[in-house]
Parts: sequence; C-alpha cells; structure tokens
Amino acid sequence: MRSLTVYAGLASALLLQGCVTINIYFPAAAAEKAADKIIDEVWQLKKSIEPAAPSSTSPQAK
Amino acid sequence: MRTTNIARCGWLTLLLLLAGHALAQANLEVNTPAIAALQGSMQTRFTVLAPFYGNGAVGLTRDGFVELRDVNAVPLAQRQQINGIVAAENQDRTALYREIARANGKPEWENDIRATFAQRWINKAQGGWYFQNNAGAWTRK
Repeated sequence: MRSLTVYAGLASALLLQGCVTINIYFPAAAAEKAADKIIDEVWQLKKSIEPAAPSSTSPQAK
Repeated sequence: MRTTNIARCGWLTLLLLLAGHALAQANLEVNTPAIAALQGSMQTRFTVLAPFYGNGAVGLTRDGFVELRDVNAVPLAQRQQINGIVAAENQDRTALYREIARANGKPEWENDIRATFAQRWINKAQGGWYFQNNAGAWTRK
C-alpha cells in the first residue's frame, strides 16, 4: 500500500515535469489573444468608459 | 478499501494536473505592472502618433515596430520631435515583447511574441495606414 502512494507520487512528479517540457512550444493562439487585448487598449479600439465623461460634464457647464 | 481511495486520490491529482496544464496554455499572462505601464505609455503616445499613421508619415513594419517613412508628411513644427516619438514607441514595443515573454517565464519566446504582434498590429490597423508587406514593401491598407 505504501508502494502505491510512492507510485502515485512518482506519477504526479513525472506529470509535472511533463508539463514543463511540453510547454516549450510557442502557444500561438494564446499569444494572438494577448496581443489583441493589448492592441485594443493601446489603440483604444474598444471604447467603453470614455463616452460617459463628456455627457456627465455638459449639464454642469450650463 | 484504502488502496482504492489512494488510487482515486492519485487519479484526481493527475486530472487536476492535466486541467492545470490545459489552463496554463489557454492564456498568456499579461497582467503585470510592467506590462500595464508600457501599455499606458503607448496609449498616451498614440494620441500623438495617430495623425502620422493616418497621413502615412509613420508606418507599421513587418517586424512589429514603427518607422518614419515620409518625413515630408510631418508638419515642420513637429519634425524635430517625430524621430524621438518613433524611437520612444519602438523602445516601449521592445520592452513590451520582452516583458510578456518574461512574465510567462519564457524569455526565449520574445521573438515569437514580436512576430505575433507584428501581424496583429497590421491586422488591426485602420484603413489608409501604411504597413510593410511580407516582402518589406510599404503598402497602404
């Protein structure tokens, strides 16, 4: 029974290492998603908060 | 009984590990203070650069940077500043690509990230902006 725990431990250790080695390849789709998110913010392609500002200040001006 | 419990426990661990693995690949980490700072600096600079993208003074290169391609399109008053603005933008871009690679524990990904960005900048560019095609020739979008 103890050996089974040892095996389970060994298996998880191997799998963890597998994660590290498998992850070497470049995740192109994830990178594209990350790039899109950053570009949208830098170029302000998805405005959500901005239009609220002028409308809230205009009544005060009058 | 106990052996089966341990076995189950083992399988559960394996499953969790696999799930974690899949999750780790689904997204790249981009929420770090360094990346946010670069993003903010580039966003501010964009208000200055936008007209120059629009009139073709500045174009998007095929390797993920910007370049002054037509100085005559820059008003005389701004000609001295434009080189500095372009240089600062490229400095931020270099740092951004490096920071994303570093934030994900893979500094060796920097070039792949830069190449991905190069495509996405061009893809998201507005109509009329200039970019370099695969052969390096300036093309109007």
